[in-house]
This record gives sequence, structure tokens and C-alpha cells, in this order.
Amino acid sequence: MAKITYIEHDGTEHVVDVKNGLSVMEGAVKNNIPGIDADCGGACACATCHVYVDEAWRGKTGEKSAMEESMLDFAENVEENSRLSCQIKVSDELDGLTVRMPESQH
Amino acid sequence: MSTLAAHVVILGAGHAGGTAAALLRQYGHEGPITLVGEEPIPPYQRPPLSKAWLKGEANAEDLELKTASFYPEHDIDFRPSTRALSLNRGDKTVTLSDGSQVAYDALILATGARAIALPIPGSDLQGLLFLRTAADAEALKAAIGPGKRLAVVGGGYIGLEVAASGRALGADVVVLEKEERLLARVACETLSDFFRGYHEKQGVTFELGCSVESFEGKDGHVTGVRLADGRAIACDAVVVGVGARPNDEIAADAGLETARGVVVDLQARTSDPAIFAIGDVAHRPMPIYDRMFRMESVPNALEQAKQAACAITGRPPPPGECPWQWSDQYDLKLQIAGYAFDANEILVRGDPASGKFAVFHLQGDLVQSVEAINSPPEFMMGKQLILGRKPVTKAKLADPSVSMKEVAA
Repeated sequence: MAKITYIEHDGTEHVVDVKNGLSVMEGAVKNNIPGIDADCGGACACATCHVYVDEAWRGKTGEKSAMEESMLDFAENVEENSRLSCQIKVSDELDGLTVRMPESQH
Repeated sequence: MSTLAAHVVILGAGHAGGTAAALLRQYGHEGPITLVGEEPIPPYQRPPLSKAWLKGEANAEDLELKTASFYPEHDIDFRPSTRALSLNRGDKTVTLSDGSQVAYDALILATGARAIALPIPGSDLQGLLFLRTAADAEALKAAIGPGKRLAVVGGGYIGLEVAASGRALGADVVVLEKEERLLARVACETLSDFFRGYHEKQGVTFELGCSVESFEGKDGHVTGVRLADGRAIACDAVVVGVGARPNDEIAADAGLETARGVVVDLQARTSDPAIFAIGDVAHRPMPIYDRMFRMESVPNALEQAKQAACAITGRPPPPGECPWQWSDQYDLKLQIAGYAFDANEILVRGDPASGKFAVFHLQGDLVQSVEAINSPPEFMMGKQLILGRKPVTKAKLADPSVSMKEVAA
């Protein structure tokens, strides 16, 4: 279980407990948190679950796969700390994680 | 009554219906929401049923769109195992299979589509399966395993995904297709040939251009498929994946305009302003192609759920979209953007033999559609080119050493 803070682009914060094994994307979607569309449900096929990972957590959220890197390359407003949240698996290690959402998911 | 206080009734608790309910709450809808579903479980994702779930890489809980507690917590009256029997537009009510009558201010038809059955002898045998619902998938999972022989009727996406998962689980798989090539209705020849070769390498057998005459059985259970040329293909189970038909009867019976599905506008509104239709059941406009059609895809279900939820809550409609879909088979990720309507040229970027290539369908110098295998840049940029109606230089597009960003520049 990890407590994850999702911050919408307008600053609205949502703090939820997410079960180990789920993805950071699933944590948002199952709790109806706006701002993460996740059209493909986690198949790394759509890049609509784009988030920015807080600096302090970048080491713990793992490496991007070539597929994720490649999808992100064509998403909008991509930064150094951009990730597809469907590709970050939740574990106890991520307790306290904060992710921020981009202005849009297109 | 303000719109936000209206009673919204949603018929169908699939991807479209479930998403519409959640979005209405997300958009601030305050009135009652009733979500009526034929299946015994809350809305879930169907795509993994033929892929990750079938292979045991995801469980039922993983597939839920929202947790089961989400619906009561958000004051959504979810009614499982319930069907709508009729729609009475005069008094704005629906009659449900549990005998109740529910009044609506706004109604969303999200009744989906159903798998087409083959009207041939033996269709009632056990072991003859479809893949549409979680229950169908349970039956299929129980029927395939090491050493089992699986016959798949239909070489479309469902058939090929089931074939790939069947092989992963150790089953012998034969795919029977009536056309001379796979994916004949939905993809170009280059892609058909590529998938055939790839599946064959994984041990799948194909019978193309064949007609299935009957299913044969013993003690009520299927044992084989009889082809029109007289041959019999022995098997332990059959999956029939030959397409789906929209569940639009309730709409047609109530006098709503239907074509190949329930006719709607860009707000997902039917010919009755209080009634919307979304997802597989809707026949909808697609401005970038200047035509109307029906789509069976998750992105479309989500998009139309958004359109209806925006219209009901008084939000501006979502911006225009480029339709897309995906399929996973073995280590192949196929991503398709757009539809090849009115295309007059096919351009292949990359080498199919490398397992990484994209097929562009062009109308003049405009991209109408792209089918990308393990090629996210071609898919992502293709989607933008299709939506933006931006002309491309073909020589650049055909040259994989020119990046997609440069092609679109």
C-alpha cells in the first residue's frame, strides 16, 4: 500500500491509498481522479496517462522502457520527469509519492 | 429542474456506460444516476479478456473500471443482472427485467453489440464459445491449455488475439477464415501477410478461403469443425469471432432513428433530444472523414461517453478526435489511427521483415490512416497528421531515416 498524491494541473490535490501491484494510473482511475484519461487501460498504447514525477521520487519509480520513451516523445508538454503512469507499479517503496498532471492528455 | 439535478438513466454497464456514469459525477452532475447492466458484475475492461487476462497476467479486480465501492460512494444506483425490456418515450420511462419502471430526464443507450452466431448445424454444442463478456472469457480459459486443440472461426482481431493467447497457454490453434486473407475487413494486405507469417512462426495453422459447414460433436460437446470441402478439423473447443451486431432493437422499437446502429450527432444525441447513444451501438458522425459510421473500440466508447456527459452537464463538447485502436499479439503492438476511407495510395515505412513498420493510407498527400507495428512514433505522429489534415511529403514519409517529427514539420 502506498499513499499517493495526485495534483491536477489547476492545483487540486487528491491523496489516496493505492494497493501494491496496481499502477499509478490505476490508482487515479479507480478513484475517479480527473486528469488521467488512460484510454487504453494500461497497454502503453495511448500516452493519455502522462504525469510529472516529483524530483525526489524519480529514482524509485524505475526506468522507462523503450516503448514508453517512444510514446512520451510525441506527447504534449513533455519534461525531463515525464512518465506514463500506467508503467509505474505501486509498492511500499512509493509510499508518499507525488505526481502532477499536465494541462491536457492529448 | 436544473440540468445538473436531472435523473440520468444509463442502459448498458460496459466500458461506455460505466465511463459515462463516472464522468457525469466528475463533471459535477448532482442528480440521481441509474446504471443498468445485464452482467452480474460492475463495468470492466473488455480488451484484456483476449490478452492479459486470458494469459493469467491480470485478474478480475485488475479489470474493473472502478472499484465495486465506487458506485455506492458516488451515489450511482448500479443495477446488475438487469436488462431493459422497453423504452417508453411518451412518459420518459424504461421498463426493466426486474419488473420495475424507471423514469428518466436523460437516457443514455450504451447497450453495446453482441457477437454474431453462425446459423449452422451444431451451433448449440458445448465447447462452442464466443468472446464478449467476462463469463465468455472464463469458459474459454477453462477450455484451453497445454495439448488442447482450439479452432478459431474468424481471422479478425479477436480471433488472432485468442490464437496468440492460446499458443501462450500451450494449446494447438487453427484459425479458419472465409476470406482469402486475415483481417480482410479491417486491414491492408501487407498487414494481413505480416500477421499470418508471424502467427505461423508461433505455430498457429491457418485455413484461408474456407467455409465452415457445421460443428460436430459427441455427447453434446464439440469435437470438430466440418468444412464445405468435406474436411473435418478435430478440436476440443471452438471460438467464433466473426463480428458483432449492435444492440439497437430497443431504440428502433421506440421509434428512434437507426442505421447501422442508433443515429446520433456529435453530442451523442439521438433523434430524441432527451436520449443519447454511445459506444458500439451508436452510428455517429466523424467530421474528419465527412461521414457517419459505427465503431467497436474502447477509444470510441470513451469519447462518446465524454460527448454525452458534456452535453448533459452543459459543458462544451470535447475537441474533435482521431479515432484509434490497438491490438496486442505476442510481442507485437499494433496501433491503428484513423480509417482508410477514400485512400488511393498505400505507403509502407520500414521493413515488415524487421517486425517494426507502419503502413500509411494516403489520399493524395493527406494521411487517412496508419497501421503501426511496434512503431509508436508513426502512430502518434500519424494520429496528429490525420486530425490536423496536414499534407505530407511522401518521399520523406517513405524514408525511415527521416524522423516522424521531421516528416510532420
